[in-house]
Amino acid sequence: MSALSAPGPADDPWSKMMRAAMAGDEGAYRRLLTDIARIVRGMARAALARARMGDADIEDAVQETLLAIHLKRHTWDPNQKLGPWVNAIARHKIIDALRRKGARKFAPIEDFEEFLAAPEADDPHRLSDAKRLMEQLTPRQRDIVQSISLDGQSIAATAARLSMSEVAVRVALHRALKALSAAWRRSIA
Amino acid sequence: MRTADLIAALAADPVPERIRLGPHFAAAVGGGFIGALVLYALFVGPRPDIGAAVRTVWFNLKFVDAAALAVPLLMLFVRLARPDAKPGALALWLLAPFVLLAGGVVVELAVVPRAEWLTRLIGQNWMYCTTMIPMMAAPILAALIAAMRLGAPQHPALTGALAGAASASLAAVLYASHCPDDSPLFVATWYSLATLICMGAGALVGRWFLQW
Repeated sequence: MSALSAPGPADDPWSKMMRAAMAGDEGAYRRLLTDIARIVRGMARAALARARMGDADIEDAVQETLLAIHLKRHTWDPNQKLGPWVNAIARHKIIDALRRKGARKFAPIEDFEEFLAAPEADDPHRLSDAKRLMEQLTPRQRDIVQSISLDGQSIAATAARLSMSEVAVRVALHRALKALSAAWRRSIA
Repeated sequence: MRTADLIAALAADPVPERIRLGPHFAAAVGGGFIGALVLYALFVGPRPDIGAAVRTVWFNLKFVDAAALAVPLLMLFVRLARPDAKPGALALWLLAPFVLLAGGVVVELAVVPRAEWLTRLIGQNWMYCTTMIPMMAAPILAALIAAMRLGAPQHPALTGALAGAASASLAAVLYASHCPDDSPLFVATWYSLATLICMGAGALVGRWFLQW
């Protein structure tokens, strides 16, 4: 929230964090995405509730937004604030989620200044679209995504375990993330 | 997958090489235009009396009009690559070619006797105009859509339609040197129809290929 009310062009915390992330600061990127996820979650919750849709789809909309932010980073103009850019992507993805669930009419989605940050609901048994979509990756891609995300292993450790080069693991991870985003898109059609 | 896990995966993904949207789109426009030039050289070519035609106002107005449409359309199109794009004052520049063309039509209607209006409007080449412009626009449209796949346009179909209009106006710059009809009435009718055809094609292609 404070990220959005900070004065000055592109000098707000989010824009600074994104610039650091794009210069290779992994920790800053992780903090930024966690921050964004919290805000987008509040936005998605409000939009889905208004369309009388269940909570089950909120986390999918959040994850789709994060993937899109990641894969479309280069469309952010560093001279502009990051907030409105994130907002535009989140709206786009939330409307996609509504459409996917068959909503016909979309109530306008407010800017996320309106929303309180919301923590992720902790329900490990929930069978979300994300899990189903993971199954569309190749076994190797799935292995790499799980190793780095769920098991928290480094790229180097994953490469050693799978006897791949680090570059190959990085490339495979990037392809897997793109495939995940494409699978989501297909599930709309 | 929990969201925290996804974030871990995203953070581990290496920073990509920096993509600069301006040069990226400039290359697409250049490549597409070369494709249109090849088609022009193979199938269209300049009209035989072009030496005399360049000294007339109506002939030159066709180029000015097409270029006045192409430049703001392309700038607007590139801008739409960003999801938070605002068309802004740029959209107003799109009015310029219409005002210019409407002015030409009014002058023509004033100086040409009423009996000749219809012959001028239909001209000699309308079938050719409505097929050659879309044909030469096709490689430009394809290049623009391919380039836009890197972007994140909020409205895929609308963005595609804009690409169609931009490609048609660039193709019209080439076609104008071939077309024997210089009447603003002709241009306003058939060039516009050709542009609409390209916009429709662009909207369809955009709907499919510009989703993200």
